[in-house]
Amino acid sequence: MSDQGSFFQRDRSWHPPAFTPQYKTSVLRSPQFALLSLENTVSEMTGPHFGHSQLGPLDNDLIRNYMQTGEPIGQRIVVHGRVLDENAKPVPGVLLEFWQANAGGRYRHKKEAYLAPLDPNFGGCGRTITDEEGRYRFRTVKPGAYPWPNGVNDWRPAHIHFSIFGHAFTQRLITQMYFEGDPMIWQCPIVSTIPDRNAVERLVAALDRNNTLPMDALAYKFDIVLRGRRSTFFENRMEGN
Amino acid sequence: MVQKLDMLKESPSQTAGPYVHIGLTPNWCDITGVYPEDLGRTMVGLQAKGERIVVTGRVLDGSGTPLEDALIEIWQADAAGLHNSPIEKRGKADPHFTGWGRQPTDGATGEYRFETIKPGRVPYVDGRPMAPHIIFWIVARGINIGLHTRMYFADEETANAECPVLARIEHRSRVPTLIARRMEEDGRAVYTFDIRLQGENETVFFDV
Ligand SMILES: [Fe+2]
Repeated sequence: MSDQGSFFQRDRSWHPPAFTPQYKTSVLRSPQFALLSLENTVSEMTGPHFGHSQLGPLDNDLIRNYMQTGEPIGQRIVVHGRVLDENAKPVPGVLLEFWQANAGGRYRHKKEAYLAPLDPNFGGCGRTITDEEGRYRFRTVKPGAYPWPNGVNDWRPAHIHFSIFGHAFTQRLITQMYFEGDPMIWQCPIVSTIPDRNAVERLVAALDRNNTLPMDALAYKFDIVLRGRRSTFFENRMEGN
Repeated sequence: MVQKLDMLKESPSQTAGPYVHIGLTPNWCDITGVYPEDLGRTMVGLQAKGERIVVTGRVLDGSGTPLEDALIEIWQADAAGLHNSPIEKRGKADPHFTGWGRQPTDGATGEYRFETIKPGRVPYVDGRPMAPHIIFWIVARGINIGLHTRMYFADEETANAECPVLARIEHRSRVPTLIARRMEEDGRAVYTFDIRLQGENETVFFDV
């Protein structure tokens, strides 16, 4: 028995639908036809592989990877967790890329217009690859909340964007991590595109006092779940092993 | 009460937002000195086998306006129809071709552009050959979950006609939304593939 089978179908009622009028930009960017359901072919079941040798030593340290004159301003945090699949098996070799605003809620991007200042020592991007047990960790400063043009007074809760590569291109996922105890999570039109409160809670990282670095940085634990695969034992196809 | 299945739920998707480039193509958005090169920029090595092609186009919203903040990833087989992936069990793919590319749409024109090679044919689940195709994955502000589609080649009429995936499209008038036009530019094939998120000629998107 192995994990070479096809992937469990995505539960589209758990994910946000395409059309979510409270998030205004989705209105013209949402397909209206039904998606065409397709069995996984080898085109979707394969995917690019990223090796640890492709990473630099500071890639998972947002406190140091853009430093010009000193370390960035802000609450120092460690974010760590595991990448699992829906069978609760750890997924090793997963490339995680993350990006975020600085401690004042400002992004380093030419189209960003928020008045909060840039931090000369903060770029806002990082990446890492999970180990054999599916574990990852990185260091950063806690991002600030920021206002955005949607309603006249909409604000995003503090969050870190995550891009995740599983082993198959069909597992490709982008999501956002929120912080335990933030009341703004429940006022956000983007968070509320997710229909189920239990699903939103899967994106809220827990304050993890046991893994706090004493006199240095708070820790947050954020586990990520990717699509799981059938066991080929139950499938007619004899490919794989 | 019954026993529990002990299954986890997939992490729910959230939009990539307007600043996806900070994380995925930082050099492109002027965050330099962190990574030597943006991942997915170069797909084709000097010794790669196969026909060099360009794939370009735009992503259009329901009003016909091109998205200037989208990010596209493509994934495809090499010239022999093999994927450069540890999961590929049918043979060893060309080591000089990654098969995976990542490009933003241009902040002014909305155009994306990939330099790649023309893929070979890959079998469908029942072994019949699919027509040559490139998998597209599109994310952007306002897209709540990444969109999967496929690009096929206008000059592969015979293969397209027998492709079991294209045959699955019930509304036959929508098949051309997946077929890229071919032109020549300095002796190289340039395929144009526009993706329409909504409205007339909405692209066929897949739940895979
Ligand atoms: Fe954001």
